[in-house]
Amino acid sequence: MIFLDNLINGLSLGSIYAIIALGYSMVYGIAKMLNFAHGDVIMVGAYVAFCGLQYWGLPPVVAILLAMVVCTVLGITIEGLAYRPLRQATSLAVLITAIGMSYLLQNLALMIWGANPKSFPLSGTSMRLGGLNVSSATLITIAANIVIMLALTAFTAKTKMGKAMRCVSEDRGAAELMGINVNRTISVTFAIGSALAAIAGVLLCTSYPILQPTTGSMPGIKAFTAAVFGGIGSIPGAMLGGVLLGVIEIFGKAYISTELGDAIVFAVLIVVLLVKPTGLLGKPMREKV
Amino acid sequence: MTRAKRRRLIYNLITFGLVIGAFLLLQNMIAAKSISRSLRGQLVPICAWIVMAVSLNLVIGFSGELSLGHAGFMSVGAYTGAVVSGWLMNVCALEDATLRLVISIVAGGLIAGLAGVLIGIPVLRLRGDYLAIVTLAFGEIIRNLVNVLYIGTTDTGLHFAFLNRQMPEGVTMLVDGAKGAVKIKPIATFTAGFVLILVTLIVVLNLVNSRAGRAIQATRDNRIAAESMGVSVTKYKMMAFVTAAVLAGMAGALYGLNSSTVVPTQFTFNQSINVLVFVVLGGLGNVLGSIISATFLTVLPEVLREFADYRMLVYAVVLILVMIFTNNPTIRALADRLFGPVKALFRSRKNVAGGEMQ
Repeated sequence: MIFLDNLINGLSLGSIYAIIALGYSMVYGIAKMLNFAHGDVIMVGAYVAFCGLQYWGLPPVVAILLAMVVCTVLGITIEGLAYRPLRQATSLAVLITAIGMSYLLQNLALMIWGANPKSFPLSGTSMRLGGLNVSSATLITIAANIVIMLALTAFTAKTKMGKAMRCVSEDRGAAELMGINVNRTISVTFAIGSALAAIAGVLLCTSYPILQPTTGSMPGIKAFTAAVFGGIGSIPGAMLGGVLLGVIEIFGKAYISTELGDAIVFAVLIVVLLVKPTGLLGKPMREKV
Repeated sequence: MTRAKRRRLIYNLITFGLVIGAFLLLQNMIAAKSISRSLRGQLVPICAWIVMAVSLNLVIGFSGELSLGHAGFMSVGAYTGAVVSGWLMNVCALEDATLRLVISIVAGGLIAGLAGVLIGIPVLRLRGDYLAIVTLAFGEIIRNLVNVLYIGTTDTGLHFAFLNRQMPEGVTMLVDGAKGAVKIKPIATFTAGFVLILVTLIVVLNLVNSRAGRAIQATRDNRIAAESMGVSVTKYKMMAFVTAAVLAGMAGALYGLNSSTVVPTQFTFNQSINVLVFVVLGGLGNVLGSIISATFLTVLPEVLREFADYRMLVYAVVLILVMIFTNNPTIRALADRLFGPVKALFRSRKNVAGGEMQ
């Protein structure tokens, strides 16, 4: 029973990682940059939902939608202000800018909402399912993960914008020559990723109800690990990597050591990168001179 | 002597001259007691941060790889320094503080260098963003591991424990898990810090201007071209990475032995970012710039107490703006048009200061 409990907890945490990882993975696949600030967009989404629920008395669905709208605008703004001027720059410059952006968001949140941890007002109700105690938050998280993955897969496969995204991720220059608006495509990618981050933020805080300015950074880094694990740029890969990583983390904490949970997760990242740098479902990339 | 060589010599002379001059000035001020208490307390940390910044610059500025785990090496150095110093005092009964300090710093550098080799072997096979995230992961792993590390001494020698605190009777704890390294005798001195900076400068400036240093910079500028010219990319990146790790370990030992406790939370990812800000603000690949920015950014928050709340906010904005201004072609062209005439006035001096950049 303890084993099954851990497994369900792992799946739930993993689903949150997977949703965050989708944002990382899409942005990395299309803009070829590691959006370090993604984890902090999660935190902003969670704070907005918190304000909606706690101060303005909004119903949960409206609060989540509000968080998604704010995060979408935030994502597009970040991309336009900080990343777009660096489209031609080296990856080192872009990465340092993204780290700066991550810090900016954290410190702005610190100024607006203060350093004191807030307890998130939304939490799941526990119910019994075949002899197991399962929180409704867990079920919603897992269901949301599956719905989001299916929707995104359909979006990239069927719609015109989805095709444009795939083109840009394959060859930006050729896509531009074919008349695809690269800047707009990248903006849309950031918008989708940030909206997902808002959902992930709310789900994260529903399961782990402590909200502070650094809430997003560790899950963000772990979700990036998940994206790499599954194969960056691949939507099913992000999902697989996220779920596996969540399960590994919970089992590591349960059976090896609580203190070393993070170390175990990062050790997984290193092993994966050494054995199969493209991740579980990633395609190998050739470097052209 | 060619022009490039002369420029390099002048640059190195300016760097060493400034450091030695600043040291002599500060020594005189200490002797004359015309220096505030809080600033005096900052002297050794400033030395440690300068060494951190210069060594990180070797990795980022010269070998072109972003390492986000530099604070991890610092913590390895700090812990090693604390343990070795405690061991020398408690077990070996070595009374001479200077000798203890030197041995501890060297040991800190060696162990951090060992960590650098262990981390570098897997990490340096990766590139760009992957390398950055894995160095970050290693920094976190190191912090996680020292959090559950227990080291103590008895009359018979050192005792180690991992995960749970199992120590014999009558033990003096040196490293106590999440409490960190405890009861350190603060033996670090400003002179030691100054010597460490000199050692760092000699190592880094010589390495950078040597054949190996040119190879390191070649791998930064164009990995594929360098590889096809027969430069072993992994070997030279490893050289830069491990050298930086050794220096960071020595800085960590100095820093740790300046206070009575060292806790794991002192060496988080934030601390790595702090050093990154020093390096970026001082100029990638500019050693003198790293020294100056590390000094000012360490002193500034102490001087401007009310500014402290906004420090990280300002850092973040500065990081973004510096990156955009130095990397966006349009803004650079605009800046050149605006400041072109002013720059022309300082052309000869600018060449000296910026001589190390390509």
